[in-house]
Amino acid sequence: MMPQTVIFTTLLVASLLFFCWSVYRRFSLVYFGQPEDRLDQPARRLSEMFLYAFGQLRVLRKPFGLNHFVIFWSFVILALANGEFLVNGVFPSVSLALLPEGVHRVLLFAFDVVSLLTLFAIAFSFIRRLVVKPPYLDSLYVKGRSPEAFAILSFIALLMLAYFGLHGALIALQTEGNSSAMPVSSLVGAWLGQHPSLIPTVYLVSWWVHAFVLFAFICFLPHSKHMHILTAIPNCYFGALTWPATQPREKFEKGAVYGVGAVERFTWKDLFDSFSCTECGRCQAACPATNTGKALNPRQVVHAIKTNLMENSHALREGRSGTLPLIGDEGEGTNTEEAIWACTTCGACIEACPVLIEQMPKIVKMRRHLVETESRFPEELLNLFENMEQRSNPWGIAPGERAKWVSTLPVQPFVAGETEYLLYVGCAGSFDSRAKQVTVALATVLNAAGISWGILGKDEKCCGDSLRRLGNEYLFEKMALENVEIFRERGVTKVITLCPHCLTTLKNDYRQYGLELEVVHQSELIAELIRSGRIKLDRKDDSLGRIAYHDPCYLGRHNDIFDAPRTLVEAATGTAAVEAERHGRNSFCCGAGGGRMWMEEFTGERVNHARVDELLAQKPDTICVACPYCMTMVEDGLKDKGAGQVRVKDVVEVLAEGLLRKNA
Amino acid sequence: MLVVVCVKQVPDTTQVQIDPVTNTLIREGVPFIVNPYDTHAVEQALRFKDRFGCRVAAISMGPPNAEATLRKALAQGVDRAVLLSDRTFGGADTLATSKVLAAAIEKLAQEEEVGVVICGKQTIDGDTAQVGPGIATRLHFSQLTLVDRVDELDLSAKKIRVSRKLEGRHEHVEAPLPVLLTVVRELNRPRYPTVAMRLESADAQVEVWDNKVLQLDANGIGLKGSPTWVSRIFSPERAKGEMLGDGVHDPEGAAQLLIDKMLEKDLLAL
Ligand SMILES: Cc1cc2nc3c(=O)[nH]c(=O)nc-3n(C[C@H](O)[C@H](O)[C@H](O)COP(=O)(O)OP(=O)(O)OC[C@H]3O[C@@H](n4cnc5c(N)ncnc54)[C@H](O)[C@@H]3O)c2cc1C
Ligand code: SF4
Ligand code: SF4
Repeated sequence: MMPQTVIFTTLLVASLLFFCWSVYRRFSLVYFGQPEDRLDQPARRLSEMFLYAFGQLRVLRKPFGLNHFVIFWSFVILALANGEFLVNGVFPSVSLALLPEGVHRVLLFAFDVVSLLTLFAIAFSFIRRLVVKPPYLDSLYVKGRSPEAFAILSFIALLMLAYFGLHGALIALQTEGNSSAMPVSSLVGAWLGQHPSLIPTVYLVSWWVHAFVLFAFICFLPHSKHMHILTAIPNCYFGALTWPATQPREKFEKGAVYGVGAVERFTWKDLFDSFSCTECGRCQAACPATNTGKALNPRQVVHAIKTNLMENSHALREGRSGTLPLIGDEGEGTNTEEAIWACTTCGACIEACPVLIEQMPKIVKMRRHLVETESRFPEELLNLFENMEQRSNPWGIAPGERAKWVSTLPVQPFVAGETEYLLYVGCAGSFDSRAKQVTVALATVLNAAGISWGILGKDEKCCGDSLRRLGNEYLFEKMALENVEIFRERGVTKVITLCPHCLTTLKNDYRQYGLELEVVHQSELIAELIRSGRIKLDRKDDSLGRIAYHDPCYLGRHNDIFDAPRTLVEAATGTAAVEAERHGRNSFCCGAGGGRMWMEEFTGERVNHARVDELLAQKPDTICVACPYCMTMVEDGLKDKGAGQVRVKDVVEVLAEGLLRKNA
Repeated sequence: MLVVVCVKQVPDTTQVQIDPVTNTLIREGVPFIVNPYDTHAVEQALRFKDRFGCRVAAISMGPPNAEATLRKALAQGVDRAVLLSDRTFGGADTLATSKVLAAAIEKLAQEEEVGVVICGKQTIDGDTAQVGPGIATRLHFSQLTLVDRVDELDLSAKKIRVSRKLEGRHEHVEAPLPVLLTVVRELNRPRYPTVAMRLESADAQVEVWDNKVLQLDANGIGLKGSPTWVSRIFSPERAKGEMLGDGVHDPEGAAQLLIDKMLEKDLLAL
């Protein structure tokens, strides 16, 4: 055996052993997580994996995503070339040349071109990090521009250069019979042909550089964020098959543990998520809390879980719980309570993540721990919780006043068999003076379209949305059970909601209690009525001027309702609403979700101010919303910004006004 | 040492309406809550428990459904809950109420020395603020009302130092134990029960004591022992003021009317 082969083989075996040990050390930590079924529906999972991991669907949403797409696919293709190199290093007689000539030539051509593409992509990556510098590259503990990142990029570039050096030298030595299939290497070969003295050195250096870079990669990979090369693909396979914003139920029994207060209380998938983070910062770029200077950064949450798990791994392996707290003072590997409470549960992070990490549900799990086990939460919430428990509405208004909005028009109670739809008015629509106007508008439209509907009146209770997102699952469960009972007793099967929060709770959350209702948001139902011609507006009304539409998170991102509210605006005004820079799936939260509606906002810029600024940039005369919380936040934001001349309307109000004008 | 808190179940007065015809309170369908001041009394007792490891008993006089109120106190962490319930206790005024409560405290004291009794400043239904002082008088305890801060409880020297919130001023006072405190809301922020405590309290036992246990003279308690009687309940007429608009339609118009009125009366300095 040649000494070169011996050294190579020894180093390769050592690297592989180190790699296996490192991977084992890390992945075995995932087993400390709680059970969670992510193995169902393998066919669907495979297709998700192909779409998101191999298709890089989410990666491609950002301009530089194409660059990553190129690097990813180069990696896949060059894995074959590198595999050949490693095998060939140990068994010099084995190479791809053993394949049929035609196939070999195609492969060589692909390797050559792809390596060049990769070099360009790496150059772009450097430019992105050094010149373009998107603001979301860095966060407190995770730096997109860390030495590690540059080292990895340089490694890849070196690998490509070594590839060309090696093959160029072989071509120059005329030992490579397939040079015509390798355009780039041939160029290098031609150049070397003019400098024959360099050939042996270039060959030797390239060969060893190629070898060492590969070994370094193998050793370094499991210890860096580039671990995602290994984990992202399975993570996409194990990703949630339904939109994961609906939190799982808890079992309330003596001795049970609620929420997540220590890292091992997360599920194995939560822990695996943390190892799959590519540290791309997309979630942080999308997060309304991070964007307005709050303590929360979803990428940091994921990173904290990984760091905490590794810091505490020693203790966990010994069957003790770790010493680094998961929730505590500021520090790497710990989430602060302030951060945990800053989340609006808007879901923008989940939507942004290229590798299907579920950040927000982890935050809610930690909230559950704080509320249910520690009884620690921002002061304002005590009132909310008491009001919810005692009076079944967030404001603590007497339940008897729930049906007061009906004083201006005749409204029937819901009677099973006689009334088709239950109009679930919700707390805002019942008690908030501005939202009550929306309820009246909705009632007017429903009547105009001849819909059979009724209300529960004083018997209606709060759906409990805020409680669930705030982690007060115990109280939520109590209210959910009560509501499910009422719906069953009263024979409710079809429900119209005014508020996207009621919509999501009745439709997605109550399903966990075995209640399958047909729940529609008012805008969906009305859009359908317009389509089917049951609502006709012949005269278009342009008195509202230029209308900008704001997508409520719980209507859009959480429930996929994007077109219906826009249909209402267009039907009434004859013109499509203008769009804010971030809209549709990428809409930016108003700041009220996740129970933030009931909390003070002390740090940084107010989320509603940031959103209102963005909406005002479209120079609207009217801002349309489809959620009572958004209504409050946008109205308040406009007042604070001195833009009180801009009106805020719910889409159903726009339509109702159109109808009234038509009848007038 | 035992700390006793007195908690009362009261109708949620925000939901009580006055019958326009009879001028009496419509109590039907009105949910009951723990008298808000009493939740602060419970919290203070629990803080003593956290700090000194003393035991806490909550007592309440009321109908059988007042048990819910005591369960809430159990969920927050009190060790023992006693419901004083007997037909003969019914219809009590503040005098008769404090007699029964004082007797119950004396009975508890037979098992364990009572160092501190804590009551709310007043209730939101009766609003008299007399029961606490009534108990203290009957038990010959020091009496510190309107406490908004506890500065020191010295168990060995058997004394307590507190701040009392009076109109426009605070009074710092010290008194020997045993003591009865009545507390105001500024004193603390009541704790929210953890789920574990709630589940625990759901099957904890609430003791029920009737008059067979307390053995009080039936003529001195309940309706018979109450010299106070209600001759009339009414809501005071609005002497001044008027409604602008109908409260539903045309808010802008109503606001304009309001501004006009204020300008007319020269209430808006421009
Ligand atoms: C004029 C009048 C007429 C009334 N008529 C009736 C009637 O017909 N029927 C009827 O049921 N009630 C009636 N009440 C109510 C009843 O007399 C009082 O509610 C009761 O005596 C307690 O007084 P209070 O609510 O003013 O308590 P306060 O003296 O304001 O209470 C102070 C504190 O004492 C403690 N406390 C008071 N009551 C209790 C209790 N029951 N158990 C435990 N702790 C307690 C609490 O810590 C409370 O915060 C009447 C009250 C008044 C003033
Ligand atoms: S749900 Fe919204 S607010 Fe919460 S972490 Fe994700 S992006 Fe940020
Ligand atoms: S959690 Fe997802 S979106 Fe956020 S940094 Fe990691 S990979 Fe990127």
